[in-house]
Amino acid sequence: MLNHLPILQVVIPLLAAPACMLLDRARLAWLFATAAGLATFAISCLLLYQVQHSGPISYALGGWEAPWGIEYRIDLLSAYVLLVVSGIGALVLVAANTGVSREIPEAKQPLFYVTYLLCLAGLLGIVATGDIFNVFVFLEISSLATYALIAQGKNRRALWAAYQYLIVGTIGATFILIGIGFLYSLTGTLNMVDLAARLPAIAGSHTAYTAFAFIVVGVCLKLALFPLHLWLPNAYTYAPSIVTAFLAATATKVAVYLLIRLQFSVFGEGFAESALPLDAIFLVLGLVGVFVASLVAIQQPNIKRLFAYSSVAQIGYMIVGMGVGTHTGLQATLLHLFNHALMKGALFLALAAVAYRLGSSDIKAFRGLGRAMPLTMAAIVIGGLSLIGVPLTVGFVSKWYLVLATIQAGLWPVAVLILLGSLLAVVYVWRVVEVAYFQQRPAGLAVVKEAPLALLVPTWLLVIGNLYFGVQAGFTADLAGSAAAALIGGAP
Amino acid sequence: MTLLALLVVTALAIVWLRDLFAAVMVAGIYGLLSASFFVSMDAVDVAFTEAAVGAGVFPLLMLAALAITGRYEDTRHKRQLSSLVLVLVTGAMLIVATWDMPPFGAADAPAHQHLAVRYIQDSPQEVGIPNMVTSVLASYRGYDTLGEVAVVFTAVVGVLCLLSLGRGTTQSSGPAAMQGHVVLRVVGKILIPLILLFALYVQFHGEYGPGGGFQAGVIFAAGIILYTMLFGLDSTRRVVKPTLLRVLAALGLLLYGSVGVVSLVAGGNFLDYSVLAGDPVAGQHLGILVIELGVGVTVAAAMILIFYAFADRGGDGGA
Amino acid sequence: MMLVAHYNYWVVIALMMIGFYVVIVQGNLVKKLIGLNIFQTSVFIFYISVGKVAGGSAPIYDPEVTLYSNPLPHVLILTAIVVGIATMALGLALVVRIKEAYGSVEEEELQARDLEAEDAQQKENQC
Repeated sequence: MLNHLPILQVVIPLLAAPACMLLDRARLAWLFATAAGLATFAISCLLLYQVQHSGPISYALGGWEAPWGIEYRIDLLSAYVLLVVSGIGALVLVAANTGVSREIPEAKQPLFYVTYLLCLAGLLGIVATGDIFNVFVFLEISSLATYALIAQGKNRRALWAAYQYLIVGTIGATFILIGIGFLYSLTGTLNMVDLAARLPAIAGSHTAYTAFAFIVVGVCLKLALFPLHLWLPNAYTYAPSIVTAFLAATATKVAVYLLIRLQFSVFGEGFAESALPLDAIFLVLGLVGVFVASLVAIQQPNIKRLFAYSSVAQIGYMIVGMGVGTHTGLQATLLHLFNHALMKGALFLALAAVAYRLGSSDIKAFRGLGRAMPLTMAAIVIGGLSLIGVPLTVGFVSKWYLVLATIQAGLWPVAVLILLGSLLAVVYVWRVVEVAYFQQRPAGLAVVKEAPLALLVPTWLLVIGNLYFGVQAGFTADLAGSAAAALIGGAP
Repeated sequence: MTLLALLVVTALAIVWLRDLFAAVMVAGIYGLLSASFFVSMDAVDVAFTEAAVGAGVFPLLMLAALAITGRYEDTRHKRQLSSLVLVLVTGAMLIVATWDMPPFGAADAPAHQHLAVRYIQDSPQEVGIPNMVTSVLASYRGYDTLGEVAVVFTAVVGVLCLLSLGRGTTQSSGPAAMQGHVVLRVVGKILIPLILLFALYVQFHGEYGPGGGFQAGVIFAAGIILYTMLFGLDSTRRVVKPTLLRVLAALGLLLYGSVGVVSLVAGGNFLDYSVLAGDPVAGQHLGILVIELGVGVTVAAAMILIFYAFADRGGDGGA
Repeated sequence: MMLVAHYNYWVVIALMMIGFYVVIVQGNLVKKLIGLNIFQTSVFIFYISVGKVAGGSAPIYDPEVTLYSNPLPHVLILTAIVVGIATMALGLALVVRIKEAYGSVEEEELQARDLEAEDAQQKENQC
């Protein structure tokens, strides 16, 4: 069994989904889905251990060796991202039973879990595979599942947000398909390692550059890189809170993984530079994204929407790390990938708890919540501190490496801008803190209790993760560093 | 060539038309023209699928939706200029990309070297079936096809989440909308069993000629949907029950996956069919047969369920 | 020479752009989906054009045939067609629900109604 871990990582949630469909009871479906989620997480831990000790794993599906068959290729970077995605996937599932009980009618809950598992399987499939067309197929599995998940929000705007995301997402996927087509017409292969070997021969052609451009634009649409981020705020705000917690911590991370994999392992670092100043473009767009999104976040009356814009800003930071182009820059991006999942996972789960008790995410509903729901608000505060980058939190570690990378590369203005961005984060986090702790709960509103344990425990697990990995940053920093080294060195 | 010119004319017509019913019909023509183009490009399996989907399922679902959303489009458009610029820039980039591509039809293009050589030369012996597309689809790249079935499954689950089926229509439509058309009913009764039989033929003959699980599933669903349109949603649902269809949709995907699991248990990698029987080629045959069945079952169940969901919402049987 | 050799591809690119244009400009949600379908089908036509070998025949083994067209693009496009129709089905289900919730499927109408609802809610919050 142990050598089949790469495929089991994806197949278990993939086949658990139709099995879950056969169980028609909400609670039973939830238990089954959570069991599948935990098994998936266990597999990702084992895979990371295997890769750390014996190097990249290659698995030939169908028994046909690559490139004639589809290959699953797990290296340090893939194992790292698989860990993040499956971990968040499992943790949010634990909280899901309570989290969706007020937002999705019980009769529809079994189908919710089926869709959730399909989304998880799709995301994992994108990371684990070594075949570029396989990426497209699993990208569409996760995308379709995401559209369905978002549309289950109570507010009618969830439907409109899901539709807009469907249009944007399908355009992005079609661009990626166009890019794959061009690449195939030039090289005759679809396997990523094989492509990397064959691309240098045709690297100078217009076709190769266009292929690269289309694939990058397609992936950036999924990433929500400014200015292609317009679908994200509505989608995150109106989706059921549990769905937002899951997506905010995983979907965009997988898109960042895909971008890194394509840029470094397939096309090679030098490729993009020869056509466009891609590094500069990433720096500029990333920074503009940070500022624009943070400024808009400050003005939002809806807390979910505020933190959705904050996500766009954080993605901007990750792209800035890539734009720096050095080993430390990439390390910072990878670190932030892990840390942002912890931060936003904790924040949105806490918001799910608030939504559960209050039924609303408007900032006015937060008045006096610091006293009514102390543990939940404390979680939000710590998450907020992490977003700002206060020492002892995990956000500090990512910002540290990012600023370090920019200084090492001689990009002083960028370092200053990053710090200014953190100041903006202080403003929007303070808005929430001020309303929750420094305003009285209005007299007419119903009494509100603390969040139920089912939501509180997963939230605090992530919060503790925030603090633990903020203090003991060694594990994640080393992992990110080794993964970055393997990529920038050139050899996949 | 004329087909391409016709395609362009059709596409432009769709932009122009404000009557969405007409636009959908023209889109169906576009699908049929594409299928013909595929035949001229030697892509017979693809043509088959495109005809079934582009000229079959797609207009069907579109019309079912239009019955609810309304036939005419509002004429106000905004931001036409900036969009036109974006479209022209994208088009220009794509055209520039083709400058370095090998000429159309060149036999020595890189696309035809490397992977394709083995598929063409060795698959008749390695996999043992004449249809090379089926060999690649079901065996060499069988995992992609598992993903494809998962996509269909995801779509039907998503549609069910959004448009849940009523437990028996309380808004009983009475006799079906087409009850009065005697000719249609008689011809339907003769044709529908033939359609279902043809679907089975396509399912099992897909190794030797164009065809396979997906096309078969769509044709089977089309037969049932035709029955629904002629005789009413209620009478069809009594025979082809939604709960049964939900189970079948899930079972098809599970069947496909379990072939992979059985391969694991038998000592090979996931979806390695050669370990399924004593002789590797026999194993390939067995594996392909079972997974195509899984594909056909899920696709048929999914298409019928999706149609039920739209028809139910429409209230009058989706006519 | 280049014109003749690549004419095929250019027409297909024109088709793609027509579909793309419909998606981004036209405001009716159903029309957008039709445009998306045209866009995707044109990409399929492009791929299949890449796979064609002049003088070849369909990739089904026949002892008398010597030259076959490339089967790999066919496989990829079969999967892509399925993905396309799955997306359409989901998109149409969303449009039907949107019609029921908003009463309209025109983009401008939807944005106007959302703004109205937001204004109404802000007034309510201020009370």
